[in-house]
Amino acid sequence: MADVALHPNRVQATKATRRRNGLHNALRRKSTVAFLMTLPLILLVAAFVIYPAFYSLHLATLNKSMTKFIGLGNFEFLFKRDTFWLVVKQSCIFAISAVIFKALIGFIVAHFVHNVPANKQRRWRGMLLVPWVIPPAMSTLAWLWLFDPSYSAFNYTLSFFGIGPIPWTGDANWARFSVILVNVWYGAPFFMIMYLAALKSVPEQLYEAAAIDGANWWQRIWYVTLPMMRNIIAITTLFSLIVTFANFDIVRILTAGGPLDHTHIFATWAFRIGIEGSDIPLGASVSLFMVPILAVAAIFILRDISKRGNEA
Amino acid sequence: MSAITIDKAGPSRKVKYGSISRDRAWALRWSYFFLVLFAIFSLTPPLYMLITSLKSSAEISAATNPWWVYHPTLENYIGLLTSNQFLRFFWNSAWVSIFVVTITMLISVPAAFALARMKFWGSATLATGVFLTYLIPDTLLFIPLFKMFVLIGDWTGIQLINRWYVLLFIYPTLTVPFCTWIMIGYFASIPKELDEAAIIDGASWFQTLTRIFIPVALPGLIAATIFAFTVSWAQFLYPLVFTTSTDQLVLPVGIITTLIKGDVFNWGQIMTGALLGAAPPLIIYAFLMDYYIAGLTAGATKG
Repeated sequence: MADVALHPNRVQATKATRRRNGLHNALRRKSTVAFLMTLPLILLVAAFVIYPAFYSLHLATLNKSMTKFIGLGNFEFLFKRDTFWLVVKQSCIFAISAVIFKALIGFIVAHFVHNVPANKQRRWRGMLLVPWVIPPAMSTLAWLWLFDPSYSAFNYTLSFFGIGPIPWTGDANWARFSVILVNVWYGAPFFMIMYLAALKSVPEQLYEAAAIDGANWWQRIWYVTLPMMRNIIAITTLFSLIVTFANFDIVRILTAGGPLDHTHIFATWAFRIGIEGSDIPLGASVSLFMVPILAVAAIFILRDISKRGNEA
Repeated sequence: MSAITIDKAGPSRKVKYGSISRDRAWALRWSYFFLVLFAIFSLTPPLYMLITSLKSSAEISAATNPWWVYHPTLENYIGLLTSNQFLRFFWNSAWVSIFVVTITMLISVPAAFALARMKFWGSATLATGVFLTYLIPDTLLFIPLFKMFVLIGDWTGIQLINRWYVLLFIYPTLTVPFCTWIMIGYFASIPKELDEAAIIDGASWFQTLTRIFIPVALPGLIAATIFAFTVSWAQFLYPLVFTTSTDQLVLPVGIITTLIKGDVFNWGQIMTGALLGAAPPLIIYAFLMDYYIAGLTAGATKG
């Protein structure tokens, strides 16, 4: 990438020196100005993103009081603990199932909104995006109250159908379900908006051609809509996978990891150990386990985005 | 002969049209049915916040229908809006968000301009790097950042932990990469002829940016501003880690740490606080929905 940016400049610069010195100066000044304009960005990212990321690696090799280098001791300790494997399992269940449901619901709802006459779409889109707009910490409080053990409004409603009372946050499996439900509620509108934008960019002629060829609605989705939306589905899903995997607010407020660590995911467990338990190195080690999956997702996103750039 | 074919063609055509429009009508009805279901799912928590916020604590603990307010009262709102502590949280949040939006714009707009237009050594790599930074979540960095600021306090004597302004250093790491990224997209879509004309007319780079790029890319700028504001208003993890004293807290953390006292949940006030905390983003969204959505979709479609 750097080479591509480098060569035109160098070619232009040599041409410029041959022709006129003034232009050469201007070009040199241009790159200096450009560098100065990006300098605050570079400094910010270097100081508060890249440095802490590497510092985290260093921290993970220290003992609890941060006085001694213990190599991979923290990781060895984690591998021996059952809670760690529980957290790994739960993080994967949480992220994968939440992303699948968000993507499915987003896809379905986007189709319904797309079906509605154009002048009414705005209103529906406006209502359905509300969960994404409310700060998750605030909306999770509302869910916590809806799930309240003694005053749950859901249990009140379900009691008329003879169901319940359901221990929404009290039982391990129900708590996992609740956490995923809230995450799906919060994240599905994002998918809906992205898919709706993608749906609108599919040319109408393709559907007409498919209809003339006798395609039913399922074939229209499978052979026209999905291939046309492939890229946006991939990017949105990978992006959501990163955000969901690194989620903190919802689990922290809804269950705080309980009951008995059965809803902890990497971020909340790292917080519990690193900040509340003051074992900073161990907490840093826990959060580092998010890196591999984030890196894989990031590589795929970059690939898809550069592919998009080449197509355009 | 010809009359028969016309007779045959006529009705069959009509039937076909009729069935298509009937299919459409049914599809539309089903769409509305499911949209109503999804809208109920989406709006239940915010509506329940509103319902609960209008109840007195006596009514909340009574075994009445939780979905209905029998004796609406504004006592929760009056209680919170006259409490110095809550107003303090609100102002802390407001100041943090305003400063962060300003800092973000001051950093990301010039950077995006330079990366979109003034190709220099490594600019393409840097643009990719900016996008990668955006993918690094807050939950990966909070522990090393916390330790870093503790150490800075130890070495220089400048106490930054437990001060609301420490958030001004940290929030931009969440907002700047995305804002730069979408601004690069918007700036790159401006025709090259426009700034070439300005340069030929003797405009400096700074003038090109302020007189041409910013006005032309104003929708993008508004979208980026809204994004930066929403992110800094909603951020929960960093203030939870970095601030603890009640006079330094921002709204989300303040509501959760002070209104929940031990096992006693004052749900009327918590829901009122949550609703008031959700209000600024909701109001911005209600008035600037198109910009909000543009910012949301631009992140993945531009560039």
